[in-house]
Amino acid sequence: MRRQLAARHGSGVNDMLKQIMITGFGGQGVVLAGRIVGQAAAIGDKLESTFVQSYGPESRGGACSAQVTIADGPIYFPYIKNPDILVCMSQSGYDKYYTELKPDGVLILEQDLVKPTAPQDHFAIPCTRFAEELGNKMMANIIMIGFVAAITEVVSLESARDTVLASVPKGTEQKNLKAFERGWDYALATLKGRRNKAAGQIGVVA
Amino acid sequence: MTGDEACAEGALAAGCRFFGGYPITPATEIAEHMSKRLPEVGGTFIQMEDEIAAMASILGGAWAGQKSMTATSGPGFSLMMENIGLGVCTETPCVVVNVQRVGPSTGLPTMGAQADMMQARWGSHGDYRIIALAPMSAQEIFFQTITAFNLSERYRTPVFIMTDEIVGHMSEKVIIPPADRIITEWRPKPSGRKDRFLLYKPGKNGVAPMPAAGEGYNVHVTGLTHDEKGYPVMSVEAQEQMMDRLCRKIDDNLDDIIMTEAHHLDDAEVVLVSYGISARTSLAAMQQSRAMGMKVGFLRLITVWPFAQRQIAALAERVKALVTVEINLGQMHLEVTRAAAGKTPCHLVGHAGGTIISPDQVIATIKEVY
Repeated sequence: MRRQLAARHGSGVNDMLKQIMITGFGGQGVVLAGRIVGQAAAIGDKLESTFVQSYGPESRGGACSAQVTIADGPIYFPYIKNPDILVCMSQSGYDKYYTELKPDGVLILEQDLVKPTAPQDHFAIPCTRFAEELGNKMMANIIMIGFVAAITEVVSLESARDTVLASVPKGTEQKNLKAFERGWDYALATLKGRRNKAAGQIGVVA
Repeated sequence: MTGDEACAEGALAAGCRFFGGYPITPATEIAEHMSKRLPEVGGTFIQMEDEIAAMASILGGAWAGQKSMTATSGPGFSLMMENIGLGVCTETPCVVVNVQRVGPSTGLPTMGAQADMMQARWGSHGDYRIIALAPMSAQEIFFQTITAFNLSERYRTPVFIMTDEIVGHMSEKVIIPPADRIITEWRPKPSGRKDRFLLYKPGKNGVAPMPAAGEGYNVHVTGLTHDEKGYPVMSVEAQEQMMDRLCRKIDDNLDDIIMTEAHHLDDAEVVLVSYGISARTSLAAMQQSRAMGMKVGFLRLITVWPFAQRQIAALAERVKALVTVEINLGQMHLEVTRAAAGKTPCHLVGHAGGTIISPDQVIATIKEVY
C-alpha cells in the first residue's frame, strides 16, 4: 500500500496541465459544473483531476467558484491563481477574476449576465436564456458545459456527455442531454462563424 | 469522489460496521455517506445527540465486537476528548476522523486548517500515547482509513485521521481495489479457559487479546486505573503498571507505526517537513525550487503521532535548515525543533488558517534560508 502511494505522488512534472475556473452565484450550478468537468476528465478521459470549490454561507445568490485542474500526472496544488480557462456565469465573477486569466487563456461568458469591461477576446453564450427556452433555467450550467467542452476540448465529448447523464437527477437525463447538445452545437456554430470571418478577412485575426 | 466520501468508503472496505456521529462542517459528508452505505452492508449508523455521545457510542460499538468509527471537526473533537481518554485507558480499537477547520471555537467553519495537531496528541487528560495519520489526497484517505483501522485493531487503541477541510471537500479520482486485495486486520481474540481469562494481560506484541461483550468472557471495562483483570485498583503500583503497558505497546513498535515518505533527501541542503494538504504545497515548492537549482528535499509525515523523531534527528545532523509547512501558527514545528535539538535551524511556514499555503510562500522561505 505504501508503495502504491509513493508511485502515485512521487513522479515529477506534468506534460499537460489545464486549470479551469468557473465562477457565478449560488444556485446557478457552478459547483456541479465543476464537478462534472473534473469527473469527466478523471474517469472518462483517464486523466488526473482535482476539483475544489468555494462558496459563502448562503446557498443561493452568494458568489461561488469552482476550480478544476486537469493533468496527465499527479496534481500537487489544487488551487488556481491564473486559469487557462475562465468561465463567468455572473458579472461579479467576471469582475473579480478576468485580470487573472492567462494571456493566452480562453474567456467564456454568460452573454446576457456578463458585460465585459475590457477589450479581451472571448466566447459568449446566452445559456440561461437557452435553458429557459428548454423549459428549466436550472440547466444553464449543463448548456455551459457543452459549450466549454466544444470550445476548449478540455474534456472529450463522450466523457462530458456521459458524466452529465450520470450526474443529473433520474428522469431528467433526456432534458439535460438536450441542454448539453444545445451548448455543444452553439459552440460549433460559434467556431464556424469565427473561421468564416477569418477566411473572409485575410490578415485579420478574428 | 470527495475526500470525505473516500474516507467513508475506506472505512467500509476496512470492515467498519458501526458509525456513531454528529454532523459538523466539514465532516458531515462522512456521516452522510456512512448513513447511506452502512445499511447496505448490514452495518449500523446512529446520529447521536452530540459528539460526547458519539464518541461513547463507538467505544460501545467496539466492545460489542464491531469495527467502529466517528468523524467530526474541531468543536466536536474538543467534546470527544474525555471519551477519547476512556478509549485509550480501556484499550478500545476505534477510528476518529477530524476534518480540521479553523478554530479556536466556531472559527471559520467552511475553511481549512491544521491547528488541532497538538490537541490530537495531548487533548485528553493524563499521560498517554496516540496514533494519528494525515492523508493528503482522496485516494490516500481511502487507504489511510484502512490503515487506521488496522493499526487500531493491532494495538487496541483509538487512531486518529487528522485530515482537513481541503482534502475532505476536494474531489479527485479514487481507485478502489478489489476486496481481496485489501488487507484488513482484526483485534487478537482470546483463547483458552474463559474463567481464567485476563482482560488486559498482554500478548507477545504487548497487546492483550480482546473479546466482545457477550462471548462468555468476564469483561469489566473501566476508566479507573485497573489491573490485568480489568478491575479497579487504586494504587500507585497499578497505575505504573497500566501506564507502562499503554505506553510500551506504542513505544516498542514505532518502526511499525511510523510511516514517512522521503523525496530527494539524499542531496538535500534544505528539507521541508509537512503532512496532509500542506504536503502537496511542499511537493510543488520542492519541485519548483529544484527547477531553480536549489537542492531541496521533502520529508512527508504520513504518521504524525507518534512523531518521527529519529528521522528528523538524523536529518538535522546534515542539512542547512528544516522548514515545517503547516496551516497553523507552529505545532508540529515545535516537535521538529525539539527533535532537531539545535543541530540545525528550524523554520515555520504557516498562518492562522482559512486557506491553503501557497508554494510561493514556501519558496520565499527556502530562498531566505538556503
